[in-house]
Amino acid sequence: MLKRVHFPSSPLPYLLVAPQVIITLVFFVWPASQALFQSFLMEDAFGLSSEFVGLENFQLLLEDEQYLNSFGRTIFFSFFVAGLSMSFALILAAFADRIIKGATTYRTLLIWPYAVAPVLAGALWLFMFNPTLGVFPYLLNFMGIQWNHYLNGDQAMFLVIMAAAWKQVAYNFLFYLAAMQSIPRSIIEAGAIDGAGPMQRFWTLVFPLIAPTTFFLLVVNIVYAFFDTFGIIHAVTQGGPAGSTTILIYKVFNDGFVGLDLGGSAAQSVVLMFLVIAMTVIQFRYVEKKVDY
Amino acid sequence: MIENRPIFTFLTHCVVLLGVLLVALPIWITFVAASHDEVRMLQSPMPMLPGPYLWDNLQKTLFGAGLSGTETAPVWRMLLNSLVMALGISLGKIAISLTSAYAIIYFKFPFRMGFFWLIFITLMLPVEVRILPTFEVIANLNLLNSYWGLTIPLIASATATFMFRQVFLTIPDEMLESARIDGAGPMRFFWDILLPLSRTNIAALFVILFIYGWNQYLWPLLITTDTDMTTIVMSIKQMLEAAEQSPQWNIIMMTAMLAMLPPIIVVITMQKLFVKGLTETDK
Repeated sequence: MLKRVHFPSSPLPYLLVAPQVIITLVFFVWPASQALFQSFLMEDAFGLSSEFVGLENFQLLLEDEQYLNSFGRTIFFSFFVAGLSMSFALILAAFADRIIKGATTYRTLLIWPYAVAPVLAGALWLFMFNPTLGVFPYLLNFMGIQWNHYLNGDQAMFLVIMAAAWKQVAYNFLFYLAAMQSIPRSIIEAGAIDGAGPMQRFWTLVFPLIAPTTFFLLVVNIVYAFFDTFGIIHAVTQGGPAGSTTILIYKVFNDGFVGLDLGGSAAQSVVLMFLVIAMTVIQFRYVEKKVDY
Repeated sequence: MIENRPIFTFLTHCVVLLGVLLVALPIWITFVAASHDEVRMLQSPMPMLPGPYLWDNLQKTLFGAGLSGTETAPVWRMLLNSLVMALGISLGKIAISLTSAYAIIYFKFPFRMGFFWLIFITLMLPVEVRILPTFEVIANLNLLNSYWGLTIPLIASATATFMFRQVFLTIPDEMLESARIDGAGPMRFFWDILLPLSRTNIAALFVILFIYGWNQYLWPLLITTDTDMTTIVMSIKQMLEAAEQSPQWNIIMMTAMLAMLPPIIVVITMQKLFVKGLTETDK
């Protein structure tokens, strides 16, 4: 990737990469290796000394029922966040793709949730579902449903999924719309000439052709649900009630900063690190491949 | 459009409009809540139409003591902190990514690829997975409760470096050849040719990074304990906690609105750049 025509070696390039490299070393590589190191240590009850315990922290983690439950919940949560926001965005994009007049206006009206911080998205949904004041509990009451996400774990889970999915709709919509607009019109026209209606054209032509985008978005959405939803959980439920919305990222924070279990939190960090690495590899290996139409 | 079916077109508009309404609903409700007084916001059902107190609430929130019964910084101060953080992160990321991409693409020097992979690694280590140790580093460097601590650790960026690398690779070699014939040194070439050529990419990236910086939550939460350093996004959580005792939803929702307004304005006014930045950095 070096340019064929380039400058000869001198101290200058070192100066140019220095800021980035120093920050990376100090704030990324060093802390990460510390996390790795700490995950092999265990502190005594008073936090005065620590000893090397090998893989015991990981062993404890894998035997810890709460951690495994949290793992399962995170998968459940990500699956629904990705599924909900992607299918909603896909439907909207499929219809918006048909619109010629006013398409940009609709796009403008749909993209702004992207700009809302996760914790704010959480606050908005929390407000709408406030058990005593919110709009939705009021309406649900007429249908005979008692809404109280402070007590009901399933309702709390539903609420954080909705807030997380809502925020991501804008992103998915933009990518789906762009993918659909890049499909050559001639293919769709050929389908129409052969007598396929709009629904059939969508399922047999458009949907398979945008499959790479779907796969890309799936990875992005899962990464988002795993790591970027901390603010939503923190604002809406704080992992509760009774741990029913404690996803992995919240658990790392909670065990480390609130519970002060350094070794355990570090071991959790290391597990998460491997998850990120795996997902980055998937993204680079399979998503980069461009599909020719 | 392939076929001309007015009824279907009408239906299409209906579906998209319904989607827009669903997506906009939380924001509408925030706006409505921010325009009523405290008393109205304690009655169920909540109003669905705006009330007359928008201006009042704005003044109370922006310059008043904020939420009664809490000790927070004034809202204007938090907005300022957020602005400094967002600008620091976005401009810092752009600056150091530009220079490192330039070095890696245009210079041949030992460890070139080593540096490249080192930068690549940052992609795999988001703040969330190294919370505690990074906090310790910041504490040891005495950067807690400072703008430096809020911005510097977040400005390393693999994605931005990759994007600029991509941009520089598309710039024809003849540019450098002719610049050198005309006697331009490396820095001259960077300032007078590379920077102007990548102007739109820089702008597009800035839009994305500004939103990223403004919306940071976990990081400021960890390293600021001083109320004077709180950012606006963080303050919402504190207000929600206070709301459990004395709910003042009009003030809380007004603050929420102020917190999301700047990034929303950026996205809407610079929509073209935003879409360009989003699709280029993530692929």
